Amino acid sequence: MHIMEGFLPPAHSLGWAAVSIPFLAWGLRSMARDLQAHPERRMLLGVASAFAFLLSALKLPSVTGSCSHPTGVGLGALLFGPAAMVPVGFVVLLFQALLLAHGGLTTLGANVFSMAIVGPFVSYGVFRAAAAIGLSRAVAVFAAACIGDLATYLTTSAQLAWAFPDPVGGMGASFAKFAGIFALTQLPIAISEGLLTVLVVNAMTRFNAHELRLLPVMAHVKGKAA
Amino acid sequence: MKARTALIWAAIILLTVLPLWFAVVPPAEPGSEAPAAFSGADSRAQQAIGAIAPNYKPWFAPLFEPPSGEIASLLFALQAALGAGVIGFWLGMSVARERAQQAPVQESHAD
Repeated sequence: MHIMEGFLPPAHSLGWAAVSIPFLAWGLRSMARDLQAHPERRMLLGVASAFAFLLSALKLPSVTGSCSHPTGVGLGALLFGPAAMVPVGFVVLLFQALLLAHGGLTTLGANVFSMAIVGPFVSYGVFRAAAAIGLSRAVAVFAAACIGDLATYLTTSAQLAWAFPDPVGGMGASFAKFAGIFALTQLPIAISEGLLTVLVVNAMTRFNAHELRLLPVMAHVKGKAA
Repeated sequence: MKARTALIWAAIILLTVLPLWFAVVPPAEPGSEAPAAFSGADSRAQQAIGAIAPNYKPWFAPLFEPPSGEIASLLFALQAALGAGVIGFWLGMSVARERAQQAPVQESHAD
């Protein structure tokens, strides 16, 4: 989902950065407050960040004959709320933009928006909805991580379609083309991410039951353990 | 629970490995070369931009580019290792903590 350096027109680059910066500030504030009030959550926040670091470095082969990577931000969004994952996603994307020429500084705002804002917020929303209709925790976690991952890639497709509308078919045709590249490739990878997130949450409920009980998000599905 | 964990791992591995044989590489776009098998989706998108807007010139170049594919994989491996290291530390610590909590009970039992 990384839009390459220089591949968004300057107006789009600035616009996406302007949209992302308030979320980043909000995320940093909510993260700092949460850790100050609950220092025992540092370990789990570290694990959630490490999960995002690990997964976004793995480029996996997919059915479309190309490779793409999961994002890993769904896990942290479920545990700490979506805003907390904005700074984490930002650090991952900055690392890749500066050291790997993967993504870029001029497209950082757009990439943060898709991976660190849309992904976590969609994951969080799906999780709350799934928990509200009474699905088991494992199913809710899987759906949240999987759909959040796909949402990130659909967002990238929309961002590119907006910047590069097809000369004949317009933005719709462009979106179909980019979504064909990103979202189709992402399908099996998103399923893998959903499954991996379930495994980590299972391990956390075994080893960190106490900390998890105190997390407001997981409380919604308390008692419906997988 | 254990059987289900193993099943989930098997599904993840199959989802990752099976595409290597069953993937369908799309045909070449008019005006650009056929994409290499298992190239990154990001570079495919870049090619698609080239097809839609052939006159678009990227207006900014990366400040630092890994000098070769090997260096790039080194840095990606470093990123993954950092993440895996923290997760491994947490898992190891958690297992040890669980054992430590159970051990005194067993010892008093033996006495």
